[in-house]
Amino acid sequence: MSYLKPTLHHPKLPTNALGLTRRDYEGSISTLCAGCGHDSISAAIVQAVWELSIPPHRVAKLSGIGCSSKTPDYFLGASHGFNSVHGRMPSVLTGANLANRELIYLGVSGDGDSASIGLGQFAHLMRRGVNMTYIVENNGVYGLTKGQFSATSDKGSKAKKGAVNTDEPIDLVALALELGATYVARSFSGDKDQLVPLIKGALTHQGVAFIDCISPCVAFNNHEGSTKSYDYVREHNEAVNRLDVFFDRTPITASYAPGEVTEVTQHDGSLLRMRKLHEDHDPTDRVAALNYLARHKAMGEIVTGLLYIDPHPEDLHDHLGTVATPLNRLDDAALCPGSAALEKINAALR
Amino acid sequence: MRPTDLTTPTHFHKVVDCQWACPAHTPVPEYIRLIAAGRYTDAYMINWHSNVFPGILGRTCDRPCEPACRRGRVEEEPVAICRLKRVAADNKEEVLSRMPPVPALKNGKRIACVGAGPASLTVARDLALLGYEVHVYDAEARGGGFMWTQIPRFRLPESVIEEEVGYITGRGGVVTHYNHRVQSLKALLDEGFDAVFVGCGAPRGRELDVPGRQEAAANIHIGIEWLAKVSFGHVERVGKRVIVLGGGNTAMDCCRSARRLGGEDVKVIVRSGFEEMKASPWEKEDAMREGIPILNYLVPKRVLHENGRLTGMVFEKVKAEYDAKGRRNLVPTGEPDVTYDCDDVLVAIGQENAFPWIERDIGLEFDRWGLPKLDPVTLQSTLPNVFFGGDAAFGPKNIIWAVAHGHEAAVSIDLHCRGEDVRDRPDPHVRMASQKMGIHEWSYDNDVSIDLRYKVPHVEERLALRDIRVEVELGYDRELAYKEAQRCLNCDVQTVFNAKLCIECDGCVDICPTDCITFTENGEEDDLRTRLKAPAINRSQDLYVADGLKTGRVMVKDEDVCLHCGLCAERCPTGAWDMQKFYLETAKTYANGARACRS
Repeated sequence: MSYLKPTLHHPKLPTNALGLTRRDYEGSISTLCAGCGHDSISAAIVQAVWELSIPPHRVAKLSGIGCSSKTPDYFLGASHGFNSVHGRMPSVLTGANLANRELIYLGVSGDGDSASIGLGQFAHLMRRGVNMTYIVENNGVYGLTKGQFSATSDKGSKAKKGAVNTDEPIDLVALALELGATYVARSFSGDKDQLVPLIKGALTHQGVAFIDCISPCVAFNNHEGSTKSYDYVREHNEAVNRLDVFFDRTPITASYAPGEVTEVTQHDGSLLRMRKLHEDHDPTDRVAALNYLARHKAMGEIVTGLLYIDPHPEDLHDHLGTVATPLNRLDDAALCPGSAALEKINAALR
Repeated sequence: MRPTDLTTPTHFHKVVDCQWACPAHTPVPEYIRLIAAGRYTDAYMINWHSNVFPGILGRTCDRPCEPACRRGRVEEEPVAICRLKRVAADNKEEVLSRMPPVPALKNGKRIACVGAGPASLTVARDLALLGYEVHVYDAEARGGGFMWTQIPRFRLPESVIEEEVGYITGRGGVVTHYNHRVQSLKALLDEGFDAVFVGCGAPRGRELDVPGRQEAAANIHIGIEWLAKVSFGHVERVGKRVIVLGGGNTAMDCCRSARRLGGEDVKVIVRSGFEEMKASPWEKEDAMREGIPILNYLVPKRVLHENGRLTGMVFEKVKAEYDAKGRRNLVPTGEPDVTYDCDDVLVAIGQENAFPWIERDIGLEFDRWGLPKLDPVTLQSTLPNVFFGGDAAFGPKNIIWAVAHGHEAAVSIDLHCRGEDVRDRPDPHVRMASQKMGIHEWSYDNDVSIDLRYKVPHVEERLALRDIRVEVELGYDRELAYKEAQRCLNCDVQTVFNAKLCIECDGCVDICPTDCITFTENGEEDDLRTRLKAPAINRSQDLYVADGLKTGRVMVKDEDVCLHCGLCAERCPTGAWDMQKFYLETAKTYANGARACRS
């Protein structure tokens, strides 16, 4: 087995604004099963961060436990990383973000890590609006423990040995919408054309951005009767829109009928341009998005694309009125202003 | 695009760039792996079957394989294929017992080979192994032809030629007639040979035709003839100031020889530009390293002489201009002529064919350049039982082309003698075998070395210039050879795709270090080449296209810079990618293992 990817690369490999190639954003070679959707998501993250010309050391990647949570080792080898306790990535990330808001936070989790053991953490992070990108690599199965149903397995879907799931699934997209996430998307590991722009949009979003990414488990959940297999997802995938992310007002080259394109300018100046694929979907209306999701779920469709975006999000720092400077750059006097300052605060609260 | 046709070996053969470029199609990666494994004798035998003179070619080959080597496209320099071949020859053990036996029972057919150069000797070997009685004629006292006279001993020691010629002439089945110049083809045919092979080379050096040439003849020498005299010891000294005319490898051999025979101010002067010179880049480098300047765009105009003694040469300065059809013309720049003083001039401006011994009324036709009219594949002349090869066929080429011609001519002669159609060529022998040993485990070393090309150690220059018989290159030792061999990308271990097994998970696309693989909508080739993960701009390299995927897309692999690292197959969950070793040997007349052109 190969443990090292050859450093030789395509002689015409393009460089980004920093002069780096995509290969400079890779991590070590994956030890996940061959064909795992998670590896495609890692590749999409590499592509997105490279395209945005983000210096790798400006990114902090955090994860919990599980197949998905192993993946931060396989991308952005030069970024900060934290492999936390099972289901506890949200609280560790929240703390990191409070201490240093200048980094770009990327949380990678799985359906077990976020929908089972970490559901409470997931919910509160969404509520608080921590400025981060939260990617759930959702395969609907406990792959690391050999294929039990997870909390996102659809009711009626079959396990590899034929057992039928009788429990209702948790839809993390619906939860995120309900709990106040300001950028909510669903995608599929087998469709990088859709996934890469969604990750770029999420990374530039200045609030909590959630992407539920269906990621087939080739070893335990890619059979007939599974609703998270490559074939099933390809057959039932209903994309609501196609997203492009721009940093300038690039003129629209293709011609669209009026109302076909929705444009959203984010706080950092990036322009999200969504090509509508479904007439009746408005990505800036949270209630409509929830309705749309419920309606199409009832029709047996897997709705993908950018389902909801708030162009003017608020984040946790806005709510708390915290200092803009990272704590590691404040001096002792600022960090520990002394008993007089404490007295003043206490007095204000009496 | 249409899916790639894998029912013929062409696609995968082209992927093995070195083997495709080699006129004799030597299975290069296979013998390089054997060298890395320390199996030098096995490596030698693969070469011996394919190119007959591994020790000679490992020192002198024109190596068309190296400019073709894929390694040169992913880093700076190709694998030192030629010098690795020499490693196999230097380190081999006993090989005679591994060579197929010459049958004691003859098939009753007699073949004459005119000339004992590499082409004739190849014909002799291939046919003798099949039971033919082959008679080889040469005017010299030993076999080897131009390999004796036109390659200086500091590049090719005598012992190497003697050994490898001996493997052909010393094992029976071949009768040598040395010191015997064939004077008449008609007379030879009258002796009742079933077929005649003409491999007598292109023996005449082209003359220099400028004023003063005759007057100063004593110090103006035709390059290849001069090299022959040096080789035989008839010439031991040359003047201090030497001008070598010509830009081919013979010119390089001349100037380097002159440096060793007393030439202190030796320069090479060519009509064309430096880049267009026919000499191989490494031969130019070797010459320049020995302090020999190469001056270009100078056309010889006049020879200067005093009292019958050469004093110098006058050259006209020219520049290259291209007409509408892209043809190059050298036109005078109008600048003043340049004069170089010199004591000797070596003329190495090409060779001309000459067949004074072939009668023009026996039905063998020549073209207007004086070359025989031949079928380019079968090498058959207009006389059905006369075949040509080597420099005698299409003008001066090199040893490896002569060997390739020899194999083809032997096949033709065998078909001819059996009364079959010589154009009905036997297929090459091809094997494809999976290299999978277990999960993620391959029977070849798929780690890609990132080492840069290793230099071949040279003998100290002081020692080299003192004696013309001192071989300059020492060759790789075993350790260096191993490291250089590891640079080979194993291009013969092919990435073979089975669309029926593919679930389109993108695992291969994501892992490929050189962005070779794309799954996309099909289209015309021009369009497809722009839509791949990395644009496929090298049109000399084919796209591997496969259809039959569930989504209706096609798998497109740009073969150009594939490292053959096997990662696509390692990350494939269904075995849709497999690493399969492609082994191709061109058909030989004799059976080698399971392979023969006839049963």
